[in-house]
Amino acid sequence: MAAAAESSIGLRFEKVDKRYGAVYALRNLTLAIAPGECVALAGRNGSGKTTLLRIASCLTRPTRGTLSFSGVIENQNPRAGFVAHASMVYDELTAQENLLFFAKLLAVANRQQRVDSLLREVGLGERKDSLVRTFSRGMRQRVAIARALLADPPLLLFDEPATGLDSEATMWLTGHLAKLRDSGCTILMSLHGESDVVRLATRALRLDAGSVVADTRSGATFQSVFSFAGG
Amino acid sequence: MAKRVLLGAAAVLLAIAAAYAAFFVAPEERTMGVLQRIFYFHVSCAWAGLTAFSVGFLGNLLYVWKRGEKYDWLGVSCAEVGVVFTTVVLISGPIWAKPAWGIYWTWDARLTSTFILWLLYISYLLLRTLIEEPDRRALLSALFGIFAFIDVPIVFGAIRWWRTQHPAPVIMGGPNSGLAPGMRGTFFFAVFAMHILMWFLIVERYSLEKMRNDVELLRQEAEAT
Amino acid sequence: MGLLSNAAALLGKEVRTEFRSRELLSTTIVFVLIVVVLFSFTFDPTTNESHRFGPGLLWLAFLFAASLMLQPCFLREQANDTLSALRLAVSDPFAIFLAKIAANTLFLFMTELLMLPVFAAFFNVSFRGQLPGILLTFFLGSLGISVAGTALAAISAQARMRELLLPLLLLPLLAPILVASTEVTVSLMAPEPFMQWKGIGFLAVFDVVFLTALWLFGEYLLEE
Repeated sequence: MAAAAESSIGLRFEKVDKRYGAVYALRNLTLAIAPGECVALAGRNGSGKTTLLRIASCLTRPTRGTLSFSGVIENQNPRAGFVAHASMVYDELTAQENLLFFAKLLAVANRQQRVDSLLREVGLGERKDSLVRTFSRGMRQRVAIARALLADPPLLLFDEPATGLDSEATMWLTGHLAKLRDSGCTILMSLHGESDVVRLATRALRLDAGSVVADTRSGATFQSVFSFAGG
Repeated sequence: MAKRVLLGAAAVLLAIAAAYAAFFVAPEERTMGVLQRIFYFHVSCAWAGLTAFSVGFLGNLLYVWKRGEKYDWLGVSCAEVGVVFTTVVLISGPIWAKPAWGIYWTWDARLTSTFILWLLYISYLLLRTLIEEPDRRALLSALFGIFAFIDVPIVFGAIRWWRTQHPAPVIMGGPNSGLAPGMRGTFFFAVFAMHILMWFLIVERYSLEKMRNDVELLRQEAEAT
Repeated sequence: MGLLSNAAALLGKEVRTEFRSRELLSTTIVFVLIVVVLFSFTFDPTTNESHRFGPGLLWLAFLFAASLMLQPCFLREQANDTLSALRLAVSDPFAIFLAKIAANTLFLFMTELLMLPVFAAFFNVSFRGQLPGILLTFFLGSLGISVAGTALAAISAQARMRELLLPLLLLPLLAPILVASTEVTVSLMAPEPFMQWKGIGFLAVFDVVFLTALWLFGEYLLEE
């Protein structure tokens, strides 16, 4: 079990609703995530996983209810590292330019070094001066992951992070996330079915129609949480 | 419900009374004759329109701050009613102006600002039709409403400074340019009547919006089960 | 990282991206040129009166061009949801607006500068010695157009019919800029040119008012 560092942050969703017109993406969601936990989110498409992650990132405001963070946080916004469906990087810039740009905004120390090492780690060292426009899905995913990791954020949010990654990249990702988890980073990741990445998780939740229907913390097994997954 | 019927009845009666006053009670104007009587409606509608937009502006601010959907309903109701009154102003003006001054329109401060105001709120209503999701629609139209409203005094200032120098008849001397006592009474009564009418229309439109919302919620609940 | 340093970094990226492809600038310049040429066919610019209505046509051309040029400003950020990345990375969302306003003002101003000699040639006006005044007017006018335009572009990017919607929302709102800028430019291009300081003041007030409004409400424009 990983020990939470003092700088770890926890999250608390209190009766959160997120409504889009007629549709409730999240319904009366109450959920506490302890500092340093590594949580896997399971659920069908449309169950609310993406919405939950977007609210956790503070990009989306809940329609009702509150989200609060514990731990040392400025303005109640931990500036999470977020890997979403979209790559969130600029097609018209190179991989290196993208990362340097975001590193600058995030005031990352020793930018160039950090960017160089991250690019090497995700396996894009050779292609760092190519425009992202020319990248494959898997390569974009790797740039996105590098971007999320730039500032060593205390909270990492992944929306199906292994999509488009080959087995080598997935292995690297799993290993890297394990290290981050062990150093106290709080991680939430939505996953499609059992995969290598799931094994990292210290806890698993299942969402359905915007609410939590199964939680390993309340006794469910990892197996049962993922049993209908893949749908 | 009874209150709304009462308000409606009051609005209609007052409007009729104001019309009567405008045509039969107010003294005939020396130079322009019967035609001048349009002025009672023209100006009172202009004021009612401005009041509607001002209340709508408050609704917009409240929505952005508090996010209560009732403020959105208020905003759209005020905008629609304001547009209706302003349309009356823009149509009645030229009807009066052509026989009285020989021209349909001029680009003085008041007319131009009124026209731009009208255009801005038409855009507000159009914007609303182009955003489907209710919360987004409410927020974005409220923000546009705020920008539009703060623009209006600026437009007025710009035209006042630079356009009223051009030789042009001052249309509608304005209620402050020496209304005869008999006219003053009718005039303020017309303003009052138009405001009651405005209030009634806003309340009705608001109720309509609220009902639409209730129907939508019922539909969702029915679908959920 | 502070508001200004974030904005500066963002501005750097906007400018670098644009100068790499130059697609926005080139299409805007050509568009303004086309409009000015068409205006010249329609309203004979060789008459003595041309110095009076010429500047109005010029500013109209700038306004039309701007309402098209400002559209991509937020649409570009939708392609890969880079807007979310920016929102996550900056400490104050106003930095995003500041940077885009600065970039848009720069591109508009450059377009206007390039059009000035063309306009002077077609409409046979001279602006001898009035260049500083004209530059100041162009700058303040462009700033006003950009402030209002960037704010409204954030709105229209989230609606349907966005290509038509932005001009629809923006052009009435910018009526004061059109009037004030035209009047100041007319005075500067008159046979006996003079500087209308009240016009400059007016433009500055417009810029400040809308910049303040955007500072107060900007984060809501980007909200989800």
